[in-house]
Amino acid sequence: MELLYFGDKGWGDELFFATLMTIAVSITAMIIGFLFAALFTPLKISNNKVLNSIGNAYTTVIRGVPELLVIYLFFFGGSGAIMFVASIFGYNDYIEINAFLTGSFSIGIISGAYSTEVFRGALQSIDKGQFEAAKVLGFNKYIYFFKIILPQMLRLAIPNLSNVWQITLKDTSLISVTGLVEIMRQSYIAAGSTRDPLFFYSFAAVLYLMLTFLSMQLLNRLETKYSKGY
Amino acid sequence: MDIELMINSFPKLLNATLITLKLLSVSLILGLFIGLGFAILRMNNNKFINKFAYGYSYIFRGTPLLVQIFIIYFGLGQIEYLRTTFLWVVLKEPYWCAIIAFSLNTGAYTSEILRSAFQTIKPGYLEAGRSLGIPSKIIFTKIQIPIAIKQSLPAYGNEIILMLKGTSLASTVTLMDLTGVAKYIISTTFKPVEVFIVAGGIYLFMTFIIHNVIKYLEKKYGFQT
Repeated sequence: MELLYFGDKGWGDELFFATLMTIAVSITAMIIGFLFAALFTPLKISNNKVLNSIGNAYTTVIRGVPELLVIYLFFFGGSGAIMFVASIFGYNDYIEINAFLTGSFSIGIISGAYSTEVFRGALQSIDKGQFEAAKVLGFNKYIYFFKIILPQMLRLAIPNLSNVWQITLKDTSLISVTGLVEIMRQSYIAAGSTRDPLFFYSFAAVLYLMLTFLSMQLLNRLETKYSKGY
Repeated sequence: MDIELMINSFPKLLNATLITLKLLSVSLILGLFIGLGFAILRMNNNKFINKFAYGYSYIFRGTPLLVQIFIIYFGLGQIEYLRTTFLWVVLKEPYWCAIIAFSLNTGAYTSEILRSAFQTIKPGYLEAGRSLGIPSKIIFTKIQIPIAIKQSLPAYGNEIILMLKGTSLASTVTLMDLTGVAKYIISTTFKPVEVFIVAGGIYLFMTFIIHNVIKYLEKKYGFQT
């Protein structure tokens, strides 16, 4: 237990901040994922064949390739790609992007593919009459989407989104390979310097269990809130 | 785009795919038995046994696979007692550690899939079996299990694909599977995009095959209700 003391003696404070880092990365990745989903969901349900196949390619590739491989792609390729873009604008110095951004971006792309599928499913299971009624009543586009379609979509999407959240949270453990100090990386460092891997990795497992348990409690509350009308 | 590198790395990556497939198939088979065992425990009326099986699946589904591999590979070796038993022969090999972790992990997911499949079997089938005087053991093996397998096929197909992606974590414990070799080539040549296309292509091809085999099985043995 001494190993968990806060301060210089133990690893308590380091692990606490690492946990905050995991939460921060997961939330950022989830938000980036939503942005990707907002971009690709319309493509997936579009009638245009080209747009449709772009949407399908995104979800198929990301969901069929291991997360670790995607992370390596961005970890090794990320700064190269940004330097390439910068060189077009005449900036030729070396750019290093920070591990937090690479990590949340690569996890975000992965979680975006899952979110896209969730939103597509939710959108397609809304009754067609709802779309028609909204159009017939002559609502403008803003009310049509935000007041009629979105609330119904969220009700159907939230249970599945909480699954996506769980996947995203667990995937963040993989960014430890890029050196970002989140729970897994911190446990690795602590295990290395104390020679007590069993304790620290088990403690990491407990931290993850706590995170998944607490977030499920919150999400269940959200779920009941959004399904109030039914 | 370095086409030559892509062509040169292809045989190396294909060779590593064998290890990936070996890891996948062994852990799926072991995981199926573990999953079936825990699914049966989950349906037990004894509260204690039931809670135990639930706890198992909760813990393994609630923590990242990476943590599980690290606990088994780095953590268990620390227990002095284990080093003296025959288990140490298994636990000092990263290959077997990865297999243990994968099997336990997929076992947890499989147990949930099978449990829900068992629970959706219509009671009428079991009643029909009982009223025909079939012993309950045979009802279980000849009626419940085949129906459960048929009903769980789509979900289990997803689990196989998730597990295929999960085997990439074997590269973190020094195993040179497809992802491990891909990472090695990337870090020596610094050409991530090319290697990603080849390795990702191999993974996609495997998911494609798995997806279609499951679809075929579903069509052939699928259950129309």
